[in-house]
Amino acid sequence: MDHRRVPRAVIDPKVRQVLVVTPPIPRPSHPRPARLRRRPPLRPIPVPTPTLTLTLTSPLRRRRRDAALVPVGSYNPSEPLLGTPPMTSPSSRADADLNFSDDAPSPPWIGRTGGGKVASSFPGSSGEMMAAAKNLPKSDLTTASVVKTLPGVSETNKGALVEMQADGIGATGSQKQKTTKAERRAIQEAQRAAKAAAKEAGGVKSAAASTGEVLAASKQAKAVKSPSQKKDGPQVTAPVSSSEKKVGDRLPEKDRKKDVPHPRMQFDDINRVEKAKRRAVVNQSEARNRVELFRHLPQYEHGTQLPDLEAKFFHLDPLHPSVYKVGLQYLSGDIHGGNARCIAMLLAFREAINDYSTPPKKSLVRDLTAKVSSYVSFLIECRPLSISMGNAIRFLKNRIAKLPHTMSELEAKSSLQSDIDRFINEKIVLADKIIVRHAFAKIRDGDVLLTYGSSSVVEMMLVYAHEQGKQFRVVIVDSRPKLEGQALLHRLVKKGLNCTYTHINAVSYIMHEVTRVFLGASSILSNGTVYSRVGTACVAMVAHSFRVPVLICCEAYKFHERVQLDSICSNELGDPDVIAKVSGRKDLNHLSNCVDNENLQLLNLMYDVTPSDYVSMIITDYGMLPPTSVPVIVREYRREQLWI
Amino acid sequence: MDFQVVVLAGGASEKLAPLVSKEAPKALLPVANRPVLSYVLELLEASNLKDAIVVVEGEEAALRVGGWISSAYVDRLHVEVAAVPEDIGTAGALRAVAHHLTANDVLVVSGDLVSDVPPGAVAATHRRHGAAVTALLCPVPVSGPSDTGSSGGKDKAKKPIRCNIVGLDSTRQFLLHIASGAEVEKDIRVQKSILRAVGQMEIRADLMDAHMYAFKRTVLQDVLDRKETFHSIRQDVLPYLIRTQLRSEISTNEVSKYETGNGAVPSNKNLNWLSQHREIAPSSFQECYVSPSSAQLESPKSHKCCAYISSKSKYCARLNSVQAFNDINREVVGEASHLSGYYFSAQNNIIHPSAVLGSKTTVGPQCMVAEGSQLGDKCSVKRSVIGRHCRIGSNVKIVNSVVMDHVTIEDGCFIQGSVICSNVQLQERAVLKDCQVGAGYVVTSGSEHKSEALSKK
Repeated sequence: MDHRRVPRAVIDPKVRQVLVVTPPIPRPSHPRPARLRRRPPLRPIPVPTPTLTLTLTSPLRRRRRDAALVPVGSYNPSEPLLGTPPMTSPSSRADADLNFSDDAPSPPWIGRTGGGKVASSFPGSSGEMMAAAKNLPKSDLTTASVVKTLPGVSETNKGALVEMQADGIGATGSQKQKTTKAERRAIQEAQRAAKAAAKEAGGVKSAAASTGEVLAASKQAKAVKSPSQKKDGPQVTAPVSSSEKKVGDRLPEKDRKKDVPHPRMQFDDINRVEKAKRRAVVNQSEARNRVELFRHLPQYEHGTQLPDLEAKFFHLDPLHPSVYKVGLQYLSGDIHGGNARCIAMLLAFREAINDYSTPPKKSLVRDLTAKVSSYVSFLIECRPLSISMGNAIRFLKNRIAKLPHTMSELEAKSSLQSDIDRFINEKIVLADKIIVRHAFAKIRDGDVLLTYGSSSVVEMMLVYAHEQGKQFRVVIVDSRPKLEGQALLHRLVKKGLNCTYTHINAVSYIMHEVTRVFLGASSILSNGTVYSRVGTACVAMVAHSFRVPVLICCEAYKFHERVQLDSICSNELGDPDVIAKVSGRKDLNHLSNCVDNENLQLLNLMYDVTPSDYVSMIITDYGMLPPTSVPVIVREYRREQLWI
Repeated sequence: MDFQVVVLAGGASEKLAPLVSKEAPKALLPVANRPVLSYVLELLEASNLKDAIVVVEGEEAALRVGGWISSAYVDRLHVEVAAVPEDIGTAGALRAVAHHLTANDVLVVSGDLVSDVPPGAVAATHRRHGAAVTALLCPVPVSGPSDTGSSGGKDKAKKPIRCNIVGLDSTRQFLLHIASGAEVEKDIRVQKSILRAVGQMEIRADLMDAHMYAFKRTVLQDVLDRKETFHSIRQDVLPYLIRTQLRSEISTNEVSKYETGNGAVPSNKNLNWLSQHREIAPSSFQECYVSPSSAQLESPKSHKCCAYISSKSKYCARLNSVQAFNDINREVVGEASHLSGYYFSAQNNIIHPSAVLGSKTTVGPQCMVAEGSQLGDKCSVKRSVIGRHCRIGSNVKIVNSVVMDHVTIEDGCFIQGSVICSNVQLQERAVLKDCQVGAGYVVTSGSEHKSEALSKK
């Protein structure tokens, strides 16, 4: 389903072109693309405009962008990414400057030119026919434009053609809305009839007909428009359909190769889980009793992965040791906390890049991107990525994609390493310092500051304020099962801070005396929602009701343009057993023997979502802002990230 | 994965006196009719470790071991055999090959280890903690003949084996104390500084150092260079590293230099910051000893000594005594039969098709008779391993014993709990109980021996 939908969304411009020419037939045949196009404004990621403008860039660069975007993927919806590649065909044609032989070997599409060669080897075909055949194989759906370009446009300026396509989109967009329901139905019926006719016309075609609605439409257009051509039809279409089939086969294969298991894979989809499992490096068994509402999240039997991964230590040759080490540390919980995980990952990548050498006959840009993707998929298997890590990966891939081709391998590697260093320094280390300064301004003598869990920035801020001689008291609220606050408490008390430690059950009691609440965050989403350790929402809510200001300390690299309204659709599940057991209390073992009970489902959520209503202020490295201004940062920051 | 493997195959050990000699080095002692070294090499091969350095004491032994390896593993493994002088000790052997080591970490395995614990697990633990040394600890094997202890080897079976005394932190990840050899019998001396840092130490006597270590190469080389007198890894190097883990003079500078040198982390501040956040360890021990050092954080003056404790379900034993040799032989064809790599018959024994059994001869379960051996009439074989091309007469009883290759046993012999090396001749009605017979020895007819080590002068 996925890959079928993709091409449709993709060839929009060309399809439009056809539509303009033969208005009555194909217009309604593409309700989907039209809808897709209308949707983007609602979506967080602004896709459509760039795709249009990008059409004019060289195919190679486009490809790289795609490659960079895909696994970035981490948090982008996949359609726009998968959708883009076929767009190259118009663009490449535009660049080709009428020189078809030049056009053919354009690197990313070598496979596709095969069909073109077959066609061109026809002895008796005319020049026009050749051109048609060459145009054809570029994307599975090119047939439509062939029909059109053949008679008239093929000799005209290609730049104009692209423009026309662009115009066509707008035109059809408006046209589309004008058609009435009755009209559309009529058209559909006509189409269906034509399809049947086409099926009868030739067995060859009927095979191709299955490739998709659009194809059928194009054929129909052919049938309608040039009956004279129909006689040559079987001859011409034979290579076409074969190449189409080839393309159709290849596309999902390619996806499979480069598409790491999507971080937001829905784990209640059995097929996909099976598929992912086959690909997986880490052999993990799924937990049995899962809470119905959270089936879409990955949950594994804890304790099964580590021994397995350890036993396979020497088998994972393609994996760089440092990446492996970080994966192990994620899995065993040695590294936790957003910043620490992100830094560990980046340093591992840095080492991997340092040891990297491009294999012969491959380009650094593409091979390294694939390498990084495979590392990322390994890390995801060890533990789902955090949003901040997704951002960092996107940054890295962007940098890889932007490497100029002329750069030598050594230079490229050192530039990437310095990029990573800069990211760590500027986006994390320096950002933390700035946040500490900003937050420090908000602390007055005599304050009682409450914090929840263990946030590295908040800790630095508290220590800094203490060193600056502020007189304040800290309340550390903690919760089972991780009890992360204890480590924080330990360190703060050692530094001489005046602390109070309590569990989250008592938060409403302790909130009376609190004057400010400082919280860390795993991520901040573009609607101002704070995605953080589970329990944060509760603390923020209580603080809000007590009219205590809630300040969130969060580096800007953790911002994400996603919008999330609840903590169900995207979350992470921890080990369910730890909530069933109470360490140090042997008498509290009521759950010990019913863990395997069918009727008992344990839920250990790792994160929750705090609505922006409860957040008074977000302190970032760009300053202090209200939660409503998050989109601004996301927008500005993204641009900057691209330019770095 | 940037690991190098060194197998310390030893030479002619004194503990195994009559069994091993210059001609038959320890590494080639048969366990279920396969040289004991093959168990280690196959364990490594199963973990995809195809390169190894095998260190053998003595030129002649090295030649023999090398010859055997090249014939057995010609296409499968890439093994380099290094000969070192005898009595150089394990540390000395490592010192001799130290200049061949280039990888970041070195896995040192004893050649007499018979185990199915994946080396990857040790290596992964090592990597995960970034430790200076990681040791494999396994539960002490149940020693002595389990069910036939009634008749033979009583005193040995009853003696509780205490190989090591091991101190662990509460998460059982860090090695805080280790005593081995003669120290085990003495009082335990625990360092105050370590105890203070941990808060709680778990002292266990039921764990055995399996002699599989992962070392950080720089640390290992440094220790070997500095401490010329260190003789053995188990008794000198490992205890030294554990003793100095909180105030290491050598390795720390070395380690931090290595890390900054290799990683070239952006700035000192960053490192500082990192160590604050990356080192938040699960164990209170770690935390405690990281936080004080965070005061003078620039050079964390400590290194980590970790332990990987294998689960009880895994088999792990070292062939370092005659008793262990008996035990391992029995267990490899018995309880730990998956290690032997043979296919067991329905009677739970292995009888090679070319072996000839006389009439009324019984071969019990958990036995092995290798190719070309002939047994006469009315023989009885129980829980024993019989090697290749042995000729055994009639009315012979073999219980709980190991008979190696080309042994001639004449009629009416009785062998119990003994090891009989290659080319031994037992004349009629010889009786052996708990004996070790060296290669080529002739036991005269009608003689009776009990708990003796017999060998040719």
